[in-house]
Amino acid sequence: MTRTEPTSAPISPHAQRIVLAHGGGGQLTDELIEDIIRPRLNNEWLEALDDSAVLSVPAGNLAFTTDSYVVQPLEFPGGDIGRLAVSGTVNDLAVCGAEPAHIALSLILEEGLDLELLRRMLDSIAAAADEAGVRIVTGDTKVVARGQADGMYINTTGVGMIRPGRSLGMAQVQAGDVVLVSGEIADHGLAVMLQREPQTAIRSELKSDAAPLNGLIARLLEQVPEVIFLRDPTRGGLAGVIADLAERTGLHLVIDETRIPIRQETLYAAEMLGLDPLDVANEGKVVVVVRPNAADAALETLRADPLGCRAAIIGQFEGEADGLCELLTDVGGRRIIQKPYGEELPRIC
Amino acid sequence: MCLALPAKIVEKDGEDAWVLLGDARMKVNLVMTPEAEVDDWVLVHAGFAIQQLSEEDALETWQLIDDLRQPEEAAS
Amino acid sequence: MTIRAQMSRLTEDLHACADRLGRPASFMEVCGTHTVNACRSGVHSLMPSTVRLISGPGCPVCVTAQRYIDALIELGRDDDVTLTTYGDMMRVAGAGGSLELARSEGADVRIVTSTMEAVELARREPGRQVVFAAVGFETTAPATAAAVLAAKRDGLANFTVLPCHKLVLPAMMALLADPEAQIDGFICPGHVSVIIGAEAYRPVVDQHAKPCVVTGFEALQIMDGILALTRQLEAGETKLENRYPQVVSNEGNPKAMALIDKVFQPGDSAWRAIGMIARSGLDLRPDYAEFDAFQRYGITLGEDHDPPGCRCGEVITGKCAPADCPLFGTVCTPIYPIGPCMVSSEGSCQAWFKYRRQEMKHAERRAAQEEIVS
Repeated sequence: MTRTEPTSAPISPHAQRIVLAHGGGGQLTDELIEDIIRPRLNNEWLEALDDSAVLSVPAGNLAFTTDSYVVQPLEFPGGDIGRLAVSGTVNDLAVCGAEPAHIALSLILEEGLDLELLRRMLDSIAAAADEAGVRIVTGDTKVVARGQADGMYINTTGVGMIRPGRSLGMAQVQAGDVVLVSGEIADHGLAVMLQREPQTAIRSELKSDAAPLNGLIARLLEQVPEVIFLRDPTRGGLAGVIADLAERTGLHLVIDETRIPIRQETLYAAEMLGLDPLDVANEGKVVVVVRPNAADAALETLRADPLGCRAAIIGQFEGEADGLCELLTDVGGRRIIQKPYGEELPRIC
Repeated sequence: MCLALPAKIVEKDGEDAWVLLGDARMKVNLVMTPEAEVDDWVLVHAGFAIQQLSEEDALETWQLIDDLRQPEEAAS
Repeated sequence: MTIRAQMSRLTEDLHACADRLGRPASFMEVCGTHTVNACRSGVHSLMPSTVRLISGPGCPVCVTAQRYIDALIELGRDDDVTLTTYGDMMRVAGAGGSLELARSEGADVRIVTSTMEAVELARREPGRQVVFAAVGFETTAPATAAAVLAAKRDGLANFTVLPCHKLVLPAMMALLADPEAQIDGFICPGHVSVIIGAEAYRPVVDQHAKPCVVTGFEALQIMDGILALTRQLEAGETKLENRYPQVVSNEGNPKAMALIDKVFQPGDSAWRAIGMIARSGLDLRPDYAEFDAFQRYGITLGEDHDPPGCRCGEVITGKCAPADCPLFGTVCTPIYPIGPCMVSSEGSCQAWFKYRRQEMKHAERRAAQEEIVS
């Protein structure tokens, strides 16, 4: 019996979807990489197609981070899972004081995934990597049977060199230090939530803030040496970061609610769903702790960047050593901020 | 069980309507406020308009919410 | 004038009024949304120490009996059943876990923000039996009624509701019938009042001589309500005041009341941690029996047992504060709730835990430090 098989035919114009064989390590895997992935992400490392990317690094400290992305829906106003996967890992490196450099990209695709959607996600990954100035140097693709994943999942792992002579850390925080946030909060979490069932009865212009912040952070660290700590308020929202800051420094942190930047439409959406915007995720914001004498300089530097133009000073550490974060509420009352418990559910009560 | 917000009707199709909350559009049911028409204000709870409101009263409620984020002093 | 300046003026007035009153006063906010908003905006921190807010039974999630949750979970084990619920109910535990846990074990549970989404789901997926967990007070009951009417009109054979609606006034009257209840006045639930009308609270004022104030949900409105109640006590008055007339009329919304009346009839209802209260719930009328999940699935509710040591019943009736319960914050926390008041985000215990527990620790520590200094 003779059977002829195409040897290097491009992906059939009729093939619109991912099939299990795309992850089988055979010809279809090669086609996926050659026709869809590499043209979008190519660089000298991917060109080599080795099992590992070999990087030459200067002496010093390397920051190393990993994160998985499972957001639903895959595309939402202001971003998509691809942009999120690059920005999230870049930001995790940047807030540790590192210059993000190289990213490993791992895709888990569900059988039946629309190839056009995959192309869009890869374009988005490439665009976000360009924006951040990082290279995707190695990767992996697996396909799982229909129903075993939700469209696609992405893992990104990144490395970057820590700026020499610059150490950031919570241990340095002391009474008097000032807290800033780089812009309006809660956009990402609410924009995504409004795209999900059952909130589809709500149509909003709200956009995710997903963005790589390494440029903004690099300028801040260069121009304001008094910056001592950075953290991106992703899951758990601003509340998660400020409660953690108070708890782990053991200091008393007072935050003024009226100074926390938030878009009016975001506040409305939060009211509609019964959510506290402080608990809602951000993907393009950074919380900054700075010595009091440089708070204005930090604010100015943040505001000079389009990604930080709505930055604000929101609070200050006080002397009392009780590890609590206190919110001076918008009506002048006081309450203690705690970390959110987990998934925030829309409520009608 | 009481989260409710005032919203303006921008489109009406029998019992169903779309209201505007800030810049967000939301689908609501008008069975409890059948007289409400386009441009009228209603109080929305769990996908239903539960009361018709005067524009003045509706705006007053929104003002209370908007005012919450007016800083005490101009940010430095 | 900024909101803070307005609040500060109200606060000063309240402190002065409480001083003139010269004795402690306890007011019950009946609605859970009042509880959450007061805690979230720090209203308690602004109040004089002699004026106390008690969180009443106004969280329908907290007063939903365990056996009702257990019945929902049992229904969810049926492969043909899709449970639909407001997000509020997901973490409420029955004796056998919560809907969140049931979902992790394979039950098809979907969160809706409107009853009409549940009806729409039944239309879209005719192969599924869609059951809506119909909880809530008078604000939410008309929406359930409208869904049942829509299902009847469209002849939807795959839509039912498991009714557990509760009525506010019978609960308030039952609380006042308890001679140990420590309640000097009520902040009446603003949006329930939209439906039933401010005049509905007249029996509380006339028969029990307790002041009632209907107010809105913004912190300023809540403080205004507390001040109005304190002023009544100071003047020795017992009045029904509607301080939310922008949205609450005296007679309520007759269309909404008619919807409730068309589909439901009053029935005895079990309140978690309080017990059975006569005619405090809503049962489907016989005309709509085909949409009653109790009937379709032959569900009878078993016995309810409140967890040992739990003082939620006393918290809801104002006899003790959440922090007085030995379980509070130790074994009973929002992540692992034991009592009903800890399960819902608007439950008094969870609101206290989330917003006030640390605050109280903070106050204790300060007091202890002052003692050492002096």
